[in-house]
Amino acid sequence: MNNILEITGLVVVLIAAGLLLGLTFIRRKTPPVFREIPAYTRLKRAIGISVEDGTRLHISLGRGGLQTPHGAPALAGLAMLRHLTEQTSVSDEPPIVTSGTGDLAILSRDTLQAGYKAASAEDLYNPATGRLTGLTPYSYVAGAIPAMRDEDVSANAFIGHFGSEVALLTDAADRTNRMAIAAADDPAAQAVLYASVDDPLIGEELFAAGAYIDAGASHRASLQVQDILRWVIILILLGGSALKLVGII
Amino acid sequence: MRILAAGFAIASGLLVLLGYFVPLTMLLDIRLLLVQWAIILAAVAVLVGVLNLLGVHWHKVRTRQKGTAYSILLIVSLFASAVLGIVLGTNNTLMSFFLEAIIIPGEATLMALLAVTLVYAAARLLRRRVDLMTFIFLGVAVVILLAAAPFPFGKIPGAALIEWLLRDNFATAGSRGILIGVALGALTTGLRVLFGIDRPYGGN
Repeated sequence: MNNILEITGLVVVLIAAGLLLGLTFIRRKTPPVFREIPAYTRLKRAIGISVEDGTRLHISLGRGGLQTPHGAPALAGLAMLRHLTEQTSVSDEPPIVTSGTGDLAILSRDTLQAGYKAASAEDLYNPATGRLTGLTPYSYVAGAIPAMRDEDVSANAFIGHFGSEVALLTDAADRTNRMAIAAADDPAAQAVLYASVDDPLIGEELFAAGAYIDAGASHRASLQVQDILRWVIILILLGGSALKLVGII
Repeated sequence: MRILAAGFAIASGLLVLLGYFVPLTMLLDIRLLLVQWAIILAAVAVLVGVLNLLGVHWHKVRTRQKGTAYSILLIVSLFASAVLGIVLGTNNTLMSFFLEAIIIPGEATLMALLAVTLVYAAARLLRRRVDLMTFIFLGVAVVILLAAAPFPFGKIPGAALIEWLLRDNFATAGSRGILIGVALGALTTGLRVLFGIDRPYGGN
């Protein structure tokens, strides 16, 4: 039984890998079209406003360490950060990044530096803009709120692993009339975000940031692979239910 | 250097992934070793992160930014905790006192504040988005709270049915659907890093 699970897992990973590489490198005449996600439309607008006004973006990567199962949302946040940095590198105020684990803090600084380098503005990189604010859920929030409040932030993006404490962050953004988009992998945090932000990002929308801020073909391919696999899972679930109903399994 | 970092990251990722699926003793040993290294590096990263936190607040103190008093408090507390922890050990009664008298009440206060914030957010939701889903969301939240609440006369009639229907069936099914979506997103994000398409390391 265990072998069947391992083989199934390996097959799913190999199919996903094949599709991802294929869809990334195959040149299409027309790029894929995705449905509109209001939160990302607002984020794109906020990037433009931040550059024009000379204000900052605040990106909160949460507290999902890379060696834990919560590392993937943080990686999605870092991918978004890379492109946001490049897009806002001409702004007077660089974006600030807060994180709740040491490894994310280091990677956020590295990603910020890479973004400036790609925009040929490495001199503007300030290591203090990528920072660890706390190692427990509440200390992280307590450290991130002053950064949001005092550092001329015009928009916040909370993308990563959060628990229900994310409501304190969104509430702080709301009280200071700053825009906030938020996405988390934890269902409890998603329920909290549904109630506390204007355009909540639910489920896999967390991982769609790259495709919606034009981060490249691989991000668009990722969304297509997710859609294909989702249809396969739906068919398997329906097929399994039907077989169970007629008593075959 | 950047190519070396990418090569090492990709090779490590592939070996750990293979270790999950292919039950070869050699692969399992390599996976275990790499995961142990990752844990040690994560611990070192915490130290680097704390130094960064210290640097940010020291800069705030030096440039007399807003909230300097809090930054001084943070720096003093950080050094005091570190020195006491190293000299006395983490199981010392003084350390336990600081934990129980300062850190736990501080976090409990934020937890209590969170409860108020959540109630406020639920009330504001009716102003923020007035649609069918909002009414379903709030209605289900109220019904589940009532069904789970311990009244003086016990649980409300039909509480078990409500919990079974809403929590154990609809909510569980919905949250599994969401988690499948998250898992698919995590899979493709992980694969992008594994193939070196996304490289959040090495200044690339």
